[in-house]
Amino acid sequence: MKKKVYIYKGFERFWHWSQAILVIFLAFTGFEVHGSYKFFGYENATVYHQIAAYSYIVLVIFTIFWHFTTGEWRQYIPTWKNFKAQINYYLFGIFKNAPHPTKKTVLTKLNPLQKLTYLGLKLLVIPVMATTGLLYMFYRYPQSHRIESINIDSLHTIALIHTIGAFLIIAFLIAHLYLITTGSTVTSNLKAMLTGYEDIESDEKEDNKVEEIKEEIN
Amino acid sequence: MGKYFLILAFLGIELAVVLNVLVPNQDNAKDLDLLKAKYSKEEKQPADHSKFAALNKHFDRPEDVTLACISCHNERDKQIMATNHWTWEKTEYMKGKGIVNFGKINAINNFCVSIKGNEGSCVKCHAGFGLGKPEFSLNDSAKVDCLICHDNSETYMKGQDMNGFPDPTVDLTKVAQNVGKPERSNCGVCHFYGGGGNNVKHGDLEEALFEPNKELDVHMAVDQVNMQCVDCHKTIDHKIKGNLYSVSSMDLNRLTCDECHSATPHKEDILNEHTLKVACQTCHIPTYAKANATKLEWDWSTAGRLRNGEPYEIDDKDGNHTYLSIKGSFKWGKNLQPDYAWFNGTANHYLMGEVVKDTTQPVQINTLYGSYSDVNSKITPIKIHKGNQPYDPINRILITPKLYADKKGEGALWMDFDWQKSAEVGMKETGLPYSGKVGFIKTEAYCPLNHMVAPKEKSVSCTECHTNSNSRLANLKDFYMPARDRSPFIEDFGLAFIALAFGGSLVHGGARIISKSKTNKKG
Repeated sequence: MKKKVYIYKGFERFWHWSQAILVIFLAFTGFEVHGSYKFFGYENATVYHQIAAYSYIVLVIFTIFWHFTTGEWRQYIPTWKNFKAQINYYLFGIFKNAPHPTKKTVLTKLNPLQKLTYLGLKLLVIPVMATTGLLYMFYRYPQSHRIESINIDSLHTIALIHTIGAFLIIAFLIAHLYLITTGSTVTSNLKAMLTGYEDIESDEKEDNKVEEIKEEIN
Repeated sequence: MGKYFLILAFLGIELAVVLNVLVPNQDNAKDLDLLKAKYSKEEKQPADHSKFAALNKHFDRPEDVTLACISCHNERDKQIMATNHWTWEKTEYMKGKGIVNFGKINAINNFCVSIKGNEGSCVKCHAGFGLGKPEFSLNDSAKVDCLICHDNSETYMKGQDMNGFPDPTVDLTKVAQNVGKPERSNCGVCHFYGGGGNNVKHGDLEEALFEPNKELDVHMAVDQVNMQCVDCHKTIDHKIKGNLYSVSSMDLNRLTCDECHSATPHKEDILNEHTLKVACQTCHIPTYAKANATKLEWDWSTAGRLRNGEPYEIDDKDGNHTYLSIKGSFKWGKNLQPDYAWFNGTANHYLMGEVVKDTTQPVQINTLYGSYSDVNSKITPIKIHKGNQPYDPINRILITPKLYADKKGEGALWMDFDWQKSAEVGMKETGLPYSGKVGFIKTEAYCPLNHMVAPKEKSVSCTECHTNSNSRLANLKDFYMPARDRSPFIEDFGLAFIALAFGGSLVHGGARIISKSKTNKKG
């Protein structure tokens, strides 16, 4: 039986959508700084990119805090369970109207492929982008203050890693935009991220667990 | 409640970040106004020199004026005699050459090559009387020319080919009674005509700067602050701040814009961040030789041609000589975009008699040191002057030709038009070996550009450098610059990856639509 469940909380949605805006804006201004096109003007693009970057870092810090205080970080613990089944679903099952191998619940919002991808973004791509981004902005200062141990001789490596990251994120964004159409209906995932509510196959065991946790908190 | 607090706190921090970045720093604008006010003030002469008895007389010799000057301003003669306006050389360290006495007096350049043996003409611009004559001594105070720098009557001038003595028509009494702080005209009369004509040598110093407008130079513009040379080239005890790197080797006594403007004069942080690696001049001197052309190439090898036994000249439509029998062929340029180099304020020079090691490359008349990885280096705009000049291919040294003499038959090229004799006599006078063979070799000289600062609206814009097509800094390859540089491999990989994500989505989505319509039909 399907049941309307509050799956994406207020901050989670705020985080998701502000992240979406910031990432798209960072990519757009970033590629202007990269010299790919002219839109804002070079100086503006650079300044906007920096503002967006600081904003994004602030958002990330808040979100890390949220992940740990709510225990939501557990959503991203990778698992092999259903891993192959999920790949099989995307390759074959989806075309035969087969059911999703991973049931979406409040405690398991992500399928094993999503867990791995988002974990990679959170632990690898975003930290690397933030680090190289900050080095990109500040690389001149260590050298001018002549502290040999933190001297960065060239922007070259930093810039290239930052560029690779940008390409990966754009590729992710495209795939992500497509894959949100693969929910129980084409728009169910999008609606859920907008409203927080999604019609989900109810699972008694899961419901009990959620109730237990709620009581514990109260 | 918790989440709303979290969201509000987040937005608050965001606002602080944005405001901090977007609200301009007003302090710097105030600084500029203060500077303008400071330098707009006209200075009053502290004394009226026409009332001094020592100057109220007829002067037969310019030396007598000098003696009259130092009868009051005693010790000033000693000061000027300690400067390179007098000695025409400095004692400086050059990499690989050690401590060297080097300056105009013994330098080789790729304009008129060398002063040695040609003093009669060249020392017109020496701050003294009679350099090169047997009776001249660098220790003789009476030979100091005070007036060339301190004449405020605008009537003093040096005579042509007179070893630095004033033109006979000059009224020395009038000039002596009208002395004061050096003005643009005092400096310009020599420094604007370096290389034997207006703007020939520097490209950013020329007679249009006697009365420039704002477009030509924001500092000196007569309708603006009307700054004089010595406002920036501050002088203490006749020691003038500033280096010209065709005759300087060390980062000493160098003049920078920072001294008035500070190292971070912009409202925008993003611009201030550039000043660590980019000299002010790089953005603020977008073009040079803005009013009149400057010489870019000088080919001595064609000199000496005669028409009907007579020397001749060919001029371009602007009146610039493109050929002179006495000097050879020239290329000129106007409104030029500078070349750019890393420069840390140290330089090296070709020394007289130095054996040329690599004859396949142009001989470097001077070398400006610097690189991206050197913390003292900044990207600096330069003028490159290319020469093709007399060279002894057997001894492999540059020839110092005898150019000037006051009469024929002394071997001077400008009189006899004979390279063989000119080289032979010239090398003898400089004391260098000469094989008897005159060849020509390509040379290059580098001159940092510092003047003709444009109005700020005309500054070089971001994308003139930050672009991958025709970047102004395309030749500086030892560092990564955003928008100019990219890794073709990463670009290809990145675009392929994006295409894969896009194509994959399209194919997968298409397949879903097709399979769905099939199952629908079945159903």
